[in-house]
Amino acid sequence: MNSAMILEEDRPLLEVRGLNKYYGWHPGCLDVDFELWPGEVLCIVGESGSGKSTLLNCISGQTAPTSGQVVYRAPGYGELDVHQSRESVRRRLMRTDWGIVRQNPRDGLRMGVSAGANIGERLMAVGDRRYGRIREKALTWLERVEIDPGRVDDRPDTFSGGMQQRLQIARNLVSEPRLIFMDEPTGGLDVSVQARLLDLLRALVAQMGLAVVLVTHDLAVARLLAHRLMVMHRGRVVETGLTDQVLDDPQHAYTQLLVSSILQA
Amino acid sequence: MNNTPWGGPEGFTGSGYNFAYLDEQTKRMLRRTILKAVAVPGYQVPFASREMPMPYGWGTGGIQVTASLIGPKDVLKVIDQGSDDTTNAVSIRSFFARTTGVQTTERTCDATLIQTRHRIPEQPLREDQIMVYQVPIPEPLRWVEPRESETRKMHALQEYGAMHVKLYEDIAQHGEIATSFDYPVRVGGRYVASPSPLPKFDNPKMSGCPALQLFGAGREQRIYAIPPYTEVRSLDFEDYPFTVQSWKQSCALCGAEDSYLDEVIMDDAGKRMFVCSDTDYCRQRREQGYSGPMNGEGRDFLDRIQATEDSE
Repeated sequence: MNSAMILEEDRPLLEVRGLNKYYGWHPGCLDVDFELWPGEVLCIVGESGSGKSTLLNCISGQTAPTSGQVVYRAPGYGELDVHQSRESVRRRLMRTDWGIVRQNPRDGLRMGVSAGANIGERLMAVGDRRYGRIREKALTWLERVEIDPGRVDDRPDTFSGGMQQRLQIARNLVSEPRLIFMDEPTGGLDVSVQARLLDLLRALVAQMGLAVVLVTHDLAVARLLAHRLMVMHRGRVVETGLTDQVLDDPQHAYTQLLVSSILQA
Repeated sequence: MNNTPWGGPEGFTGSGYNFAYLDEQTKRMLRRTILKAVAVPGYQVPFASREMPMPYGWGTGGIQVTASLIGPKDVLKVIDQGSDDTTNAVSIRSFFARTTGVQTTERTCDATLIQTRHRIPEQPLREDQIMVYQVPIPEPLRWVEPRESETRKMHALQEYGAMHVKLYEDIAQHGEIATSFDYPVRVGGRYVASPSPLPKFDNPKMSGCPALQLFGAGREQRIYAIPPYTEVRSLDFEDYPFTVQSWKQSCALCGAEDSYLDEVIMDDAGKRMFVCSDTDYCRQRREQGYSGPMNGEGRDFLDRIQATEDSE
Protein backbone atom coordinates (compact mmCIF):
# COMPACT_ATOMS: atom_id res chain seq x y z
CA MET A 1 0.00 0.00 0.00
CA ASN A 2 2.65 2.47 1.05
CA SER A 3 5.62 0.68 -0.40
CA ALA A 4 6.92 3.77 -2.18
CA MET A 5 6.82 5.71 1.02
CA ILE A 6 8.50 2.98 3.00
CA LEU A 7 11.39 2.85 0.57
CA GLU A 8 11.92 6.58 0.78
CA GLU A 9 12.83 6.40 4.44
CA ASP A 10 16.18 4.85 5.20
CA ARG A 11 15.83 4.40 8.97
CA PRO A 12 13.15 2.56 10.88
CA LEU A 13 10.73 4.60 12.99
CA LEU A 14 10.84 2.20 15.90
CA GLU A 15 13.53 -0.29 16.77
CA VAL A 16 13.08 -2.95 19.45
CA ARG A 17 16.21 -4.77 20.54
CA GLY A 18 16.49 -7.75 22.88
CA LEU A 19 13.32 -6.95 24.80
CA ASN A 20 12.52 -9.12 27.83
CA LYS A 21 9.83 -8.69 30.40
CA TYR A 22 9.53 -10.88 33.48
CA TYR A 23 6.78 -10.71 36.04
CA GLY A 24 8.80 -12.00 38.94
CA TRP A 25 10.10 -15.34 37.67
CA HIS A 26 7.35 -15.62 35.15
CA PRO A 27 8.32 -14.51 31.64
CA GLY A 28 5.95 -12.08 29.89
CA CYS A 29 7.81 -11.77 26.64
CA LEU A 30 11.29 -12.94 25.69
CA ASP A 31 14.01 -11.86 23.26
CA VAL A 32 11.90 -9.71 21.03
CA ASP A 33 13.67 -7.85 18.20
CA PHE A 34 11.94 -6.02 15.41
CA GLU A 35 11.85 -2.83 13.41
CA LEU A 36 8.89 -0.76 12.38
CA TRP A 37 9.11 1.54 9.40
CA PRO A 38 7.18 4.76 8.81
CA GLY A 39 3.75 4.04 7.39
CA GLU A 40 3.96 0.34 8.16
CA VAL A 41 1.21 -1.69 9.83
CA LEU A 42 2.54 -4.48 12.00
CA CYS A 43 0.21 -7.02 13.56
CA ILE A 44 1.13 -9.04 16.62
CA VAL A 45 -0.97 -12.18 16.73
CA GLY A 46 -1.09 -15.06 19.13
CA GLU A 47 -3.35 -16.79 21.59
CA SER A 48 -4.47 -15.38 24.88
CA GLY A 49 -1.53 -15.25 27.31
CA SER A 50 1.12 -15.39 24.60
CA GLY A 51 2.62 -12.04 25.66
CA LYS A 52 1.12 -9.81 22.96
CA SER A 53 -0.20 -7.16 25.30
CA THR A 54 2.89 -7.28 27.50
CA LEU A 55 4.98 -6.61 24.43
CA LEU A 56 2.70 -3.78 23.32
CA ASN A 57 2.82 -2.17 26.76
CA CYS A 58 6.62 -2.39 26.77
CA ILE A 59 7.17 -0.90 23.36
CA SER A 60 4.62 1.85 23.90
CA GLY A 61 6.43 2.95 27.06
CA GLN A 62 3.63 2.05 29.45
CA THR A 63 5.51 -0.77 31.18
CA ALA A 64 9.25 -0.84 31.83
CA PRO A 65 10.86 -3.96 30.30
CA THR A 66 13.20 -6.09 32.41
CA SER A 67 15.89 -5.67 29.77
CA GLY A 68 16.20 -4.47 26.22
CA GLN A 69 15.79 -1.26 24.34
CA VAL A 70 13.10 0.57 22.42
CA VAL A 71 14.36 3.33 20.14
CA TYR A 72 12.04 5.82 18.50
CA ARG A 73 13.24 8.06 15.69
CA ALA A 74 11.36 11.15 14.63
CA PRO A 75 11.94 14.80 13.87
CA GLY A 76 11.74 16.77 17.10
CA TYR A 77 12.83 13.77 19.15
CA GLY A 78 15.91 12.61 17.27
CA GLU A 79 16.90 9.12 18.30
CA LEU A 80 15.06 8.52 21.54
CA ASP A 81 15.62 5.56 23.85
CA VAL A 82 12.05 5.37 25.10
CA HIS A 83 12.71 3.72 28.45
CA GLN A 84 15.87 5.66 29.26
CA SER A 85 14.31 9.02 28.45
CA ARG A 86 12.78 11.31 31.04
CA GLU A 87 9.22 10.61 32.00
CA SER A 88 8.20 14.08 30.86
CA VAL A 89 9.48 13.35 27.34
CA ARG A 90 7.79 9.96 27.28
CA ARG A 91 4.50 11.43 28.40
CA ARG A 92 4.71 14.20 25.83
CA LEU A 93 5.41 11.60 23.18
CA MET A 94 2.29 9.70 24.15
CA ARG A 95 0.15 12.80 23.81
CA THR A 96 1.55 14.08 20.54
CA ASP A 97 3.55 11.78 18.29
CA TRP A 98 1.95 8.56 19.49
CA GLY A 99 -1.55 7.34 19.97
CA ILE A 100 -2.79 4.46 22.08
CA VAL A 101 -6.15 2.88 21.25
CA ARG A 102 -7.35 0.51 23.93
CA GLN A 103 -9.61 -2.46 23.65
CA ASN A 104 -12.14 -1.03 26.06
CA PRO A 105 -12.99 2.52 24.97
CA ARG A 106 -13.80 3.32 28.59
CA ASP A 107 -10.09 3.08 29.35
CA GLY A 108 -9.16 5.42 26.55
CA LEU A 109 -11.93 8.01 26.75
CA ARG A 110 -13.05 10.47 29.38
CA MET A 111 -16.58 9.24 29.88
CA GLY A 112 -17.64 12.25 31.93
CA VAL A 113 -17.12 14.90 29.25
CA SER A 114 -18.52 15.41 25.76
CA ALA A 115 -17.14 13.89 22.57
CA GLY A 116 -15.79 17.31 21.58
CA ALA A 117 -13.85 17.67 24.82
CA ASN A 118 -12.46 14.18 24.34
CA ILE A 119 -11.15 15.05 20.90
CA GLY A 120 -9.94 18.48 22.02
CA GLU A 121 -7.97 17.24 25.01
CA ARG A 122 -4.73 16.62 23.12
CA LEU A 123 -4.95 20.00 21.45
CA MET A 124 -5.38 21.69 24.81
CA ALA A 125 -2.58 19.58 26.26
CA VAL A 126 -0.13 21.02 23.75
CA GLY A 127 -1.28 24.53 24.49
CA ASP A 128 -4.16 25.39 22.17
CA ARG A 129 -6.21 27.99 24.02
CA ARG A 130 -8.70 29.00 21.33
CA TYR A 131 -12.08 27.42 21.89
CA GLY A 132 -13.34 28.07 18.37
CA ARG A 133 -10.40 26.34 16.76
CA ILE A 134 -10.56 23.34 19.10
CA ARG A 135 -14.24 22.90 18.41
CA GLU A 136 -13.79 23.18 14.67
CA LYS A 137 -11.20 20.41 14.74
CA ALA A 138 -13.45 18.28 16.93
CA LEU A 139 -16.26 18.60 14.38
CA THR A 140 -13.95 17.78 11.47
CA TRP A 141 -12.66 14.70 13.25
CA LEU A 142 -16.11 13.44 14.17
CA GLU A 143 -16.92 13.58 10.49
CA ARG A 144 -13.70 11.78 9.55
CA VAL A 145 -14.56 8.88 11.86
CA GLU A 146 -18.14 8.82 10.58
CA ILE A 147 -19.89 10.13 13.69
CA ASP A 148 -22.66 12.67 13.20
CA PRO A 149 -21.08 16.06 14.10
CA GLY A 150 -24.40 16.97 15.73
CA ARG A 151 -23.37 14.72 18.61
CA VAL A 152 -20.28 16.74 19.47
CA ASP A 153 -21.74 17.81 22.83
CA ASP A 154 -23.00 14.35 23.80
CA ARG A 155 -21.12 12.28 26.30
CA PRO A 156 -19.47 9.08 25.08
CA ASP A 157 -21.58 6.97 27.42
CA THR A 158 -24.55 7.76 25.18
CA PHE A 159 -22.64 6.29 22.21
CA SER A 160 -22.73 2.72 20.95
CA GLY A 161 -19.65 0.52 21.36
CA GLY A 162 -18.57 1.02 17.76
CA MET A 163 -18.99 4.79 17.99
CA GLN A 164 -17.01 4.89 21.22
CA GLN A 165 -14.20 3.04 19.52
CA ARG A 166 -14.26 5.44 16.57
CA LEU A 167 -14.29 8.37 18.97
CA GLN A 168 -11.26 6.93 20.69
CA ILE A 169 -9.49 6.75 17.35
CA ALA A 170 -10.40 10.37 16.57
CA ARG A 171 -9.17 11.47 19.99
CA ASN A 172 -5.80 9.88 19.26
CA LEU A 173 -5.44 11.01 15.67
CA VAL A 174 -6.27 14.68 16.24
CA SER A 175 -2.65 15.41 17.16
CA GLU A 176 -1.56 13.85 13.83
CA PRO A 177 0.67 11.22 15.36
CA ARG A 178 3.20 9.14 13.43
CA LEU A 179 2.69 5.95 15.38
CA ILE A 180 -0.41 4.31 16.81
CA PHE A 181 -0.56 1.37 19.19
CA MET A 182 -3.77 -0.61 19.25
CA ASP A 183 -4.72 -3.40 21.59
CA GLU A 184 -7.58 -5.46 20.14
CA PRO A 185 -9.40 -2.41 18.77
CA THR A 186 -12.22 -4.55 17.37
CA GLY A 187 -12.66 -6.79 20.39
CA GLY A 188 -16.17 -6.84 21.74
CA LEU A 189 -17.74 -5.41 18.59
CA ASP A 190 -20.13 -7.38 16.42
CA VAL A 191 -18.94 -8.49 13.00
CA SER A 192 -20.55 -5.80 10.85
CA VAL A 193 -19.35 -3.03 13.16
CA GLN A 194 -15.89 -4.61 13.14
CA ALA A 195 -15.83 -4.54 9.35
CA ARG A 196 -16.81 -0.87 9.27
CA LEU A 197 -14.17 0.02 11.84
CA LEU A 198 -11.49 -1.88 9.96
CA ASP A 199 -12.46 -0.11 6.74
CA LEU A 200 -12.19 3.22 8.46
CA LEU A 201 -8.86 2.36 10.04
CA ARG A 202 -7.45 1.21 6.73
CA ALA A 203 -8.50 4.46 5.06
CA LEU A 204 -7.10 6.66 7.82
CA VAL A 205 -3.83 4.78 7.98
CA ALA A 206 -3.37 5.22 4.25
CA GLN A 207 -4.37 8.91 4.24
CA MET A 208 -2.15 9.88 7.13
CA GLY A 209 0.75 7.54 6.45
CA LEU A 210 0.46 6.18 9.97
CA ALA A 211 2.67 3.48 11.36
CA VAL A 212 0.62 1.04 13.45
CA VAL A 213 1.42 -1.70 15.90
CA LEU A 214 -1.74 -3.69 16.34
CA VAL A 215 -2.32 -6.55 18.74
CA THR A 216 -5.06 -8.99 17.89
CA HIS A 217 -5.97 -12.62 18.24
CA ASP A 218 -8.16 -12.34 15.16
CA LEU A 219 -6.30 -13.41 12.02
CA ALA A 220 -9.01 -11.91 9.82
CA VAL A 221 -8.25 -8.48 11.24
CA ALA A 222 -4.57 -9.06 10.64
CA ARG A 223 -5.22 -10.16 7.06
CA LEU A 224 -7.21 -6.98 6.33
CA LEU A 225 -4.94 -4.40 7.91
CA ALA A 226 -1.42 -5.62 8.34
CA HIS A 227 1.56 -5.36 6.06
CA ARG A 228 3.58 -7.58 8.31
CA LEU A 229 2.77 -10.20 10.93
CA MET A 230 4.52 -11.28 14.08
CA VAL A 231 3.30 -14.52 15.63
CA MET A 232 3.83 -14.93 19.35
CA HIS A 233 3.69 -18.08 21.38
CA ARG A 234 4.55 -18.45 25.07
CA GLY A 235 6.27 -15.08 25.17
CA ARG A 236 8.46 -15.61 22.12
CA VAL A 237 8.13 -14.42 18.55
CA VAL A 238 7.97 -17.68 16.63
CA GLU A 239 7.47 -16.36 13.14
CA THR A 240 7.50 -13.04 11.30
CA GLY A 241 6.93 -12.13 7.70
CA LEU A 242 4.64 -10.42 5.22
CA THR A 243 1.03 -11.01 6.15
CA ASP A 244 0.01 -13.06 3.15
CA GLN A 245 3.19 -15.06 3.30
CA VAL A 246 2.71 -16.03 6.91
CA LEU A 247 -0.98 -16.78 6.57
CA ASP A 248 -0.73 -18.70 3.31
CA ASP A 249 2.49 -20.55 4.00
CA PRO A 250 3.05 -20.82 7.74
CA GLN A 251 6.41 -22.33 8.68
CA HIS A 252 6.30 -22.75 12.44
CA ALA A 253 4.19 -25.54 13.87
CA TYR A 254 2.29 -23.16 16.13
CA THR A 255 1.49 -20.78 13.27
CA GLN A 256 0.26 -23.73 11.22
CA LEU A 257 -2.04 -24.69 14.07
CA LEU A 258 -3.25 -21.11 14.45
CA VAL A 259 -3.91 -20.65 10.75
CA SER A 260 -5.61 -23.99 10.28
CA SER A 261 -7.79 -23.55 13.34
CA ILE A 262 -9.16 -20.26 12.12
CA LEU A 263 -9.27 -20.26 8.36
CA GLN A 264 -11.14 -23.53 8.09
CA ALA A 265 -13.85 -22.44 10.45
CA MET B 1 -2.63 33.30 86.68
CA ASN B 2 -1.89 32.30 83.12
CA ASN B 3 -1.35 28.55 83.15
CA THR B 4 -0.34 28.09 79.49
CA PRO B 5 3.35 27.54 78.81
CA TRP B 6 3.26 29.82 75.80
CA GLY B 7 1.20 32.48 77.47
CA GLY B 8 -1.63 34.60 76.20
CA PRO B 9 -2.48 38.28 76.28
CA GLU B 10 -2.27 40.01 79.62
CA GLY B 11 -5.14 39.09 81.89
CA PHE B 12 -5.84 35.82 80.04
CA THR B 13 -6.20 33.07 82.57
CA GLY B 14 -5.94 30.16 80.15
CA SER B 15 -8.40 27.57 79.02
CA GLY B 16 -6.73 24.43 80.35
CA TYR B 17 -5.45 23.79 76.85
CA ASN B 18 -2.13 24.91 75.43
CA PHE B 19 -2.23 28.35 73.83
CA ALA B 20 -4.32 28.07 70.65
CA TYR B 21 -5.34 24.49 71.48
CA LEU B 22 -2.54 22.69 69.55
CA ASP B 23 0.65 21.57 71.28
CA GLU B 24 3.87 23.38 70.42
CA GLN B 25 5.36 20.49 68.40
CA THR B 26 2.31 20.37 66.17
CA LYS B 27 2.51 24.10 65.66
CA ARG B 28 6.18 23.79 64.67
CA MET B 29 5.28 21.10 62.18
CA LEU B 30 2.58 23.35 60.73
CA ARG B 31 4.94 26.32 60.52
CA ARG B 32 7.54 24.24 58.70
CA THR B 33 4.85 23.18 56.24
CA ILE B 34 3.76 26.78 55.80
CA LEU B 35 7.35 27.90 55.15
CA LYS B 36 7.68 25.31 52.43
CA ALA B 37 4.33 26.30 50.97
CA VAL B 38 5.40 29.95 50.84
CA ALA B 39 8.68 28.97 49.21
CA VAL B 40 6.87 27.04 46.44
CA PRO B 41 3.82 29.16 45.64
CA GLY B 42 0.73 27.13 44.80
CA TYR B 43 2.32 23.74 45.58
CA GLN B 44 0.27 21.57 47.92
CA VAL B 45 2.53 20.60 50.80
CA PRO B 46 1.38 17.53 52.75
CA PHE B 47 1.19 17.84 56.53
CA ALA B 48 0.11 15.66 59.40
CA SER B 49 -3.34 17.05 60.00
CA ARG B 50 -4.55 16.66 63.59
CA GLU B 51 -7.95 15.76 64.92
CA MET B 52 -9.66 18.98 65.81
CA PRO B 53 -12.67 19.36 68.10
CA MET B 54 -14.96 19.82 65.10
CA PRO B 55 -15.94 17.76 62.06
CA TYR B 56 -14.03 17.75 58.79
CA GLY B 57 -15.58 20.20 56.40
CA TRP B 58 -16.04 22.81 59.11
CA GLY B 59 -12.63 24.32 58.60
CA THR B 60 -10.23 21.99 60.39
CA GLY B 61 -7.43 22.89 57.95
CA GLY B 62 -7.91 26.62 58.33
CA ILE B 63 -8.11 26.34 62.11
CA GLN B 64 -4.82 24.48 62.30
CA VAL B 65 -3.08 27.07 60.14
CA THR B 66 -4.55 29.86 62.24
CA ALA B 67 -3.59 28.10 65.48
CA SER B 68 0.01 27.76 64.36
CA LEU B 69 0.28 31.44 63.45
CA ILE B 70 -1.77 33.25 66.05
CA GLY B 71 0.10 35.18 68.74
CA PRO B 72 -1.08 37.04 71.83
CA LYS B 73 -1.10 40.38 70.02
CA ASP B 74 -3.06 39.22 66.97
CA VAL B 75 -6.54 40.45 66.22
CA LEU B 76 -8.67 37.73 64.63
CA LYS B 77 -11.54 38.02 62.19
CA VAL B 78 -13.48 34.99 60.94
CA ILE B 79 -15.71 35.09 57.87
CA ASP B 80 -18.22 32.53 56.66
CA GLN B 81 -20.10 33.31 53.43
CA GLY B 82 -18.76 36.85 53.71
CA SER B 83 -20.51 37.24 57.02
CA ASP B 84 -19.11 37.49 60.53
CA ASP B 85 -22.21 36.31 62.35
CA THR B 86 -23.02 32.92 60.82
CA THR B 87 -22.64 29.73 62.87
CA ASN B 88 -19.27 28.65 61.53
CA ALA B 89 -17.72 32.09 61.92
CA VAL B 90 -19.09 32.56 65.41
CA SER B 91 -17.94 29.19 66.69
CA ILE B 92 -14.43 29.42 65.23
CA ARG B 93 -14.07 32.94 66.62
CA SER B 94 -15.16 31.86 70.07
CA PHE B 95 -12.90 28.80 69.87
CA PHE B 96 -9.87 31.03 69.47
CA ALA B 97 -11.15 33.57 71.95
CA ARG B 98 -11.37 30.80 74.56
CA THR B 99 -8.08 29.06 73.77
CA THR B 100 -5.93 32.15 73.18
CA GLY B 101 -7.70 35.09 74.73
CA VAL B 102 -6.79 37.24 71.71
CA GLN B 103 -8.89 40.14 70.63
CA THR B 104 -11.43 39.39 67.91
CA THR B 105 -13.03 41.80 65.51
CA GLU B 106 -15.52 42.02 62.70
CA ARG B 107 -13.73 44.92 61.05
CA THR B 108 -11.42 43.93 58.22
CA CYS B 109 -9.13 46.91 58.76
CA ASP B 110 -8.55 46.05 62.45
CA ALA B 111 -7.70 42.38 61.86
CA THR B 112 -4.18 40.99 61.57
CA LEU B 113 -5.33 37.43 60.91
CA ILE B 114 -8.43 36.67 58.86
CA GLN B 115 -9.77 33.15 58.53
CA THR B 116 -12.30 32.73 55.77
CA ARG B 117 -14.36 30.13 54.06
CA HIS B 118 -15.94 31.67 50.96
CA ARG B 119 -14.93 35.25 50.56
CA ILE B 120 -12.08 37.70 50.44
CA PRO B 121 -13.11 40.97 52.11
CA GLU B 122 -14.07 43.77 49.72
CA GLN B 123 -11.75 46.13 51.54
CA PRO B 124 -8.20 45.83 50.12
CA LEU B 125 -5.83 43.86 52.34
CA ARG B 126 -2.51 45.09 53.73
CA GLU B 127 1.00 43.68 54.10
CA ASP B 128 0.57 43.19 57.84
CA GLN B 129 -2.44 40.94 57.40
CA ILE B 130 -2.63 37.18 56.77
CA MET B 131 -5.53 35.48 55.04
CA VAL B 132 -6.25 31.87 56.03
CA TYR B 133 -8.60 29.92 53.75
CA GLN B 134 -10.48 26.78 54.71
CA VAL B 135 -10.24 24.43 51.74
CA PRO B 136 -12.43 21.35 51.22
CA ILE B 137 -10.76 19.93 48.06
CA PRO B 138 -7.28 21.34 47.46
CA GLU B 139 -6.63 19.43 44.23
CA PRO B 140 -7.87 21.38 41.19
CA LEU B 141 -7.17 18.41 38.92
CA ARG B 142 -9.29 16.02 40.98
CA TRP B 143 -12.26 16.63 38.73
CA VAL B 144 -10.39 15.40 35.66
CA GLU B 145 -8.11 12.84 37.30
CA PRO B 146 -9.12 10.76 40.31
CA ARG B 147 -5.68 9.20 40.91
CA GLU B 148 -3.49 11.12 43.35
CA SER B 149 -0.30 9.58 41.91
CA GLU B 150 -1.30 10.87 38.50
CA THR B 151 -2.28 14.39 39.60
CA ARG B 152 1.06 14.77 41.35
CA LYS B 153 2.84 13.86 38.13
CA MET B 154 0.67 16.29 36.21
CA HIS B 155 1.67 19.07 38.61
CA ALA B 156 5.32 18.09 38.49
CA LEU B 157 5.39 18.08 34.70
CA GLN B 158 3.03 21.04 34.34
CA GLU B 159 0.60 18.97 32.30
CA TYR B 160 -2.30 21.31 32.77
CA GLY B 161 -4.09 20.80 29.45
CA ALA B 162 -6.67 18.59 31.13
CA MET B 163 -7.75 21.54 33.28
CA HIS B 164 -8.95 23.24 30.12
CA VAL B 165 -11.07 20.21 29.26
CA LYS B 166 -13.35 21.23 32.11
CA LEU B 167 -13.57 24.80 30.83
CA TYR B 168 -14.18 23.54 27.27
CA GLU B 169 -16.98 21.38 28.58
CA ASP B 170 -18.51 24.39 30.34
CA ILE B 171 -18.59 26.42 27.14
CA ALA B 172 -19.90 23.47 25.10
CA GLN B 173 -22.74 22.83 27.54
CA HIS B 174 -23.59 26.35 28.72
CA GLY B 175 -22.23 28.70 26.07
CA GLU B 176 -19.83 30.29 28.56
CA ILE B 177 -17.46 29.24 31.30
CA ALA B 178 -20.10 28.44 33.86
CA THR B 179 -17.70 27.59 36.69
CA SER B 180 -18.53 30.35 39.13
CA PHE B 181 -16.70 29.28 42.25
CA ASP B 182 -13.50 27.35 42.93
CA TYR B 183 -12.33 28.68 39.58
CA PRO B 184 -8.84 27.26 38.88
CA VAL B 185 -5.89 29.64 38.92
CA ARG B 186 -2.23 29.45 37.99
CA VAL B 187 -0.01 30.76 40.77
CA GLY B 188 3.15 32.59 39.80
CA GLY B 189 3.10 31.04 36.33
CA ARG B 190 3.76 27.58 37.75
CA TYR B 191 1.31 25.56 39.83
CA VAL B 192 -2.39 25.37 39.08
CA ALA B 193 -4.24 25.71 42.37
CA SER B 194 -7.76 25.67 43.64
CA PRO B 195 -8.97 28.90 45.24
CA SER B 196 -11.23 26.85 47.53
CA PRO B 197 -14.93 27.71 47.30
CA LEU B 198 -14.33 31.39 46.57
CA PRO B 199 -16.66 32.89 43.99
CA LYS B 200 -14.66 33.72 40.89
CA PHE B 201 -15.54 37.34 41.67
CA ASP B 202 -12.74 37.20 44.26
CA ASN B 203 -10.11 35.63 41.98
CA PRO B 204 -8.67 38.95 40.76
CA LYS B 205 -8.21 40.04 44.39
CA MET B 206 -5.76 37.17 44.95
CA SER B 207 -3.35 38.45 42.32
CA GLY B 208 -0.71 40.86 43.57
CA CYS B 209 -2.31 40.89 47.01
CA PRO B 210 -0.07 42.52 49.65
CA ALA B 211 -1.23 40.06 52.32
CA LEU B 212 0.10 36.52 52.69
CA GLN B 213 -2.56 34.00 51.67
CA LEU B 214 -2.51 30.52 53.20
CA PHE B 215 -4.79 27.61 52.32
CA GLY B 216 -5.40 24.75 54.73
CA ALA B 217 -7.20 21.50 53.91
CA GLY B 218 -7.57 19.41 57.08
CA ARG B 219 -9.15 16.25 55.72
CA GLU B 220 -6.92 16.17 52.62
CA GLN B 221 -3.88 17.14 54.72
CA ARG B 222 -2.51 19.81 52.40
CA ILE B 223 -1.33 23.36 52.90
CA TYR B 224 -0.53 25.74 50.07
CA ALA B 225 0.22 29.42 49.84
CA ILE B 226 0.16 32.51 47.69
CA PRO B 227 2.95 34.77 48.92
CA PRO B 228 2.40 38.55 48.87
CA TYR B 229 2.49 40.24 45.46
CA THR B 230 2.35 36.96 43.51
CA GLU B 231 0.71 36.91 40.11
CA VAL B 232 -2.42 34.75 40.10
CA ARG B 233 -4.05 34.10 36.73
CA SER B 234 -7.45 32.55 36.23
CA LEU B 235 -7.38 29.96 33.45
CA ASP B 236 -9.38 30.75 30.32
CA PHE B 237 -9.55 30.57 26.53
CA GLU B 238 -8.37 33.32 24.20
CA ASP B 239 -11.83 33.64 22.70
CA TYR B 240 -13.63 33.10 26.03
CA PRO B 241 -11.65 35.25 28.47
CA PHE B 242 -12.10 35.08 32.23
CA THR B 243 -14.84 37.37 33.53
CA VAL B 244 -16.31 37.92 36.98
CA GLN B 245 -19.95 38.01 38.00
CA SER B 246 -21.77 41.33 37.72
CA TRP B 247 -25.16 42.50 38.93
CA LYS B 248 -27.70 44.89 37.49
CA GLN B 249 -28.54 46.06 41.01
CA SER B 250 -26.46 47.84 43.57
CA CYS B 251 -26.54 46.76 47.23
CA ALA B 252 -30.01 47.41 48.64
CA LEU B 253 -28.59 48.59 51.97
CA CYS B 254 -25.41 50.51 51.19
CA GLY B 255 -25.70 51.13 47.46
CA ALA B 256 -22.30 49.60 46.67
CA GLU B 257 -21.85 48.79 43.00
CA ASP B 258 -18.49 47.06 43.25
CA SER B 259 -19.20 44.32 45.77
CA TYR B 260 -20.36 40.71 45.59
CA LEU B 261 -24.11 40.60 46.17
CA ASP B 262 -26.29 37.94 47.79
CA GLU B 263 -29.92 37.61 46.85
CA VAL B 264 -32.29 37.65 49.81
CA ILE B 265 -35.90 36.52 49.39
CA MET B 266 -38.12 38.68 51.59
CA ASP B 267 -41.59 37.19 51.39
CA ASP B 268 -43.66 34.50 49.70
CA ALA B 269 -44.68 36.85 46.91
CA GLY B 270 -41.21 36.93 45.38
CA LYS B 271 -40.05 40.19 46.86
CA ARG B 272 -36.27 40.22 47.03
CA MET B 273 -33.26 42.37 47.58
CA PHE B 274 -29.58 42.14 46.77
CA VAL B 275 -27.18 42.91 49.60
CA CYS B 276 -23.42 42.87 50.02
CA SER B 277 -22.21 39.43 51.03
CA ASP B 278 -19.39 41.13 52.96
CA THR B 279 -21.39 42.35 55.97
CA ASP B 280 -18.50 44.33 57.41
CA TYR B 281 -17.99 46.26 54.17
CA CYS B 282 -21.70 47.00 53.97
CA ARG B 283 -21.87 48.25 57.54
CA GLN B 284 -18.82 50.45 57.16
CA ARG B 285 -20.26 52.05 54.03
CA ARG B 286 -23.52 52.77 55.82
CA GLU B 287 -21.57 54.27 58.71
CA GLN B 288 -19.88 56.53 56.17
CA GLY B 289 -23.32 57.73 55.10
CA TYR B 290 -23.90 55.66 51.96
CA SER B 291 -27.38 54.33 51.51
CA GLY B 292 -29.08 51.94 49.11
CA PRO B 293 -32.66 51.89 47.79
CA MET B 294 -34.03 49.64 50.59
CA ASN B 295 -31.77 50.64 53.46
CA GLY B 296 -34.47 51.04 56.13
CA GLU B 297 -36.86 48.30 55.07
CA GLY B 298 -34.09 45.81 54.26
CA ARG B 299 -32.35 46.23 57.59
CA ASP B 300 -35.60 45.88 59.51
CA PHE B 301 -36.14 42.64 57.64
CA LEU B 302 -32.66 41.29 58.40
CA ASP B 303 -32.95 42.33 62.07
CA ARG B 304 -36.27 40.54 62.33
CA ILE B 305 -34.75 37.35 60.94
CA GLN B 306 -31.81 37.66 63.29
CA ALA B 307 -34.16 38.10 66.24
CA THR B 308 -36.14 35.00 65.24
CA GLU B 309 -32.96 32.97 64.95
CA ASP B 310 -31.66 34.19 68.30
CA SER B 311 -34.87 33.28 70.07
CA GLU B 312 -34.84 29.73 68.67
